[in-house]
Amino acid sequence: MSLLAVSDLCLGYEGKAVVRDISFTVNEGDYLCIIGENGSGKTTLIKGLLGLMSKYSGEILFSDDLEQSHIGYLSQHFKHKKDFPASVREVVMSGFLSRRRFGFGYSKAQYVEAHSVMEQVGIIELEKKIFSDLSGGQQQRVLLARALCATRRLILLDEPTSALDPIVTADFYSLLRKLSQDGVGVVMVSHDINSALRHATHILCLDDNSSFFGTTHEFVHSDQGRKFILSDCPCDDCTIIHNRGGIENA
Amino acid sequence: MLELFMHPFMIKALIVGVLIAVCCALLGVVLVLKQYSMIGDGLSHVGFGALSVAAVLNLSTPIYLSLPVVMVAAFFLLRITETSKVSADAAIAVISSSALAIGVFIASINGTNINLQQYMFGSILSVGESDLVISIVLSVFVIAMYFLFYNKIFAITFDEDFARATGIRTGVYNTVISLLTAITIVVGMRMLGTMLISALIIFPALTSMRLYRRFFTVIISSVVISVFCVVAGLFTSFTVSDIPVGATIVLFNLAVFLVFAVIAFVKNLLSKKIRK
Repeated sequence: MSLLAVSDLCLGYEGKAVVRDISFTVNEGDYLCIIGENGSGKTTLIKGLLGLMSKYSGEILFSDDLEQSHIGYLSQHFKHKKDFPASVREVVMSGFLSRRRFGFGYSKAQYVEAHSVMEQVGIIELEKKIFSDLSGGQQQRVLLARALCATRRLILLDEPTSALDPIVTADFYSLLRKLSQDGVGVVMVSHDINSALRHATHILCLDDNSSFFGTTHEFVHSDQGRKFILSDCPCDDCTIIHNRGGIENA
Repeated sequence: MLELFMHPFMIKALIVGVLIAVCCALLGVVLVLKQYSMIGDGLSHVGFGALSVAAVLNLSTPIYLSLPVVMVAAFFLLRITETSKVSADAAIAVISSSALAIGVFIASINGTNINLQQYMFGSILSVGESDLVISIVLSVFVIAMYFLFYNKIFAITFDEDFARATGIRTGVYNTVISLLTAITIVVGMRMLGTMLISALIIFPALTSMRLYRRFFTVIISSVVISVFCVVAGLFTSFTVSDIPVGATIVLFNLAVFLVFAVIAFVKNLLSKKIRK
């Protein structure tokens, strides 16, 4: 069964639908990129998936062992509070909140799990550091570790790299790819279509008229894909065909 | 020193003072980090207005009026801060100065039975039985909340969006924290006065953040600093007579802040030298 199955979902504000009739599924190890123009409802869709806004119609189904509040979430631009007193470990551990209702500390098992998560995203040497002392890329990794503490199954990212420079962004994307190869479902909203195509296994393209959902390969060859992509499909067979299409369009 | 404890009012003041200090420190860390410091200041002015009205109405226990009024104000100030981010500080400034003006106006018209000085700068003698009871109940609540929901309080303070996404009802927590702040201020302002109570909320957190960089250590250090300053302030005010206790407590807070700031500065300088 898939981790997340969305069918005919409609979301919006004040009676106006922003997201219309969206259907897609995310399975273990899938890396889904949600792309679309500004105002096409990407962030609205994320909010809907997190249960932060109620849906007009349609269905959001999670696999039986995954609750909505257990999704690991990494937000668009973390409102950076300068000098916030918090160690990396404190931040990472706060991801366990969704799984623990009361109490002062955390369990021993959670410390062990946090340790392995920090190893997974390569921040183990930062464990004792202070969060606000870290670079932007390191901070995003810490917040990713926090998201992974909430769940090891499905993480939701809303333009996590918008504040990062290209090299750090590339690092971050390959880290996400590694996670998805480890079996974590990754759903990411992105402006960066080229990187999305390089790393994602599936694409959801939001559009006012018709939305697209399919594998990255299918997307590159779809009508919507042509609208967005200027570069060629990397595979040998279609480069020629695609080039021809480009010339005809011009 | 021991003679201090011969006076029942001093013992009462000491108990209330320490309990209020603990509450102020715990709540203050969250308020300062969420950039709600001004709420504390606004609430104390609203409290002053309410106390003046209570005095005019000749209420035997003015706290019965000021407590609900300030709690309602806390609720609305929080709403203002949450919804209209841009003009929140302006709105709070307007509300607090209006409340202060109303208080001064009423106190001046009915000048006979109101001690304006005492409301503005506080007095140990004004600490009554009701303050004692309320501060004990309040501090039990605040401390219990921090023990039971420490992790959530950290998450909400650090990143409210993430907290909401993981299913924490952040609105409830924010409301509870602002209501507890309201009660703390109403009880504390009798002793420290309208003008000075907000310092007790802001100073310990700010001072701790000079030297400590972890949420947990900042909270512990804030409580220690806050209690130390209140006790030291009370003793100073008692031995050196005629100084309102609010002033001595705030001055102790300022002194500790300066000491911490200097230590932090020197530490920074040293670590830079070592790196070179």
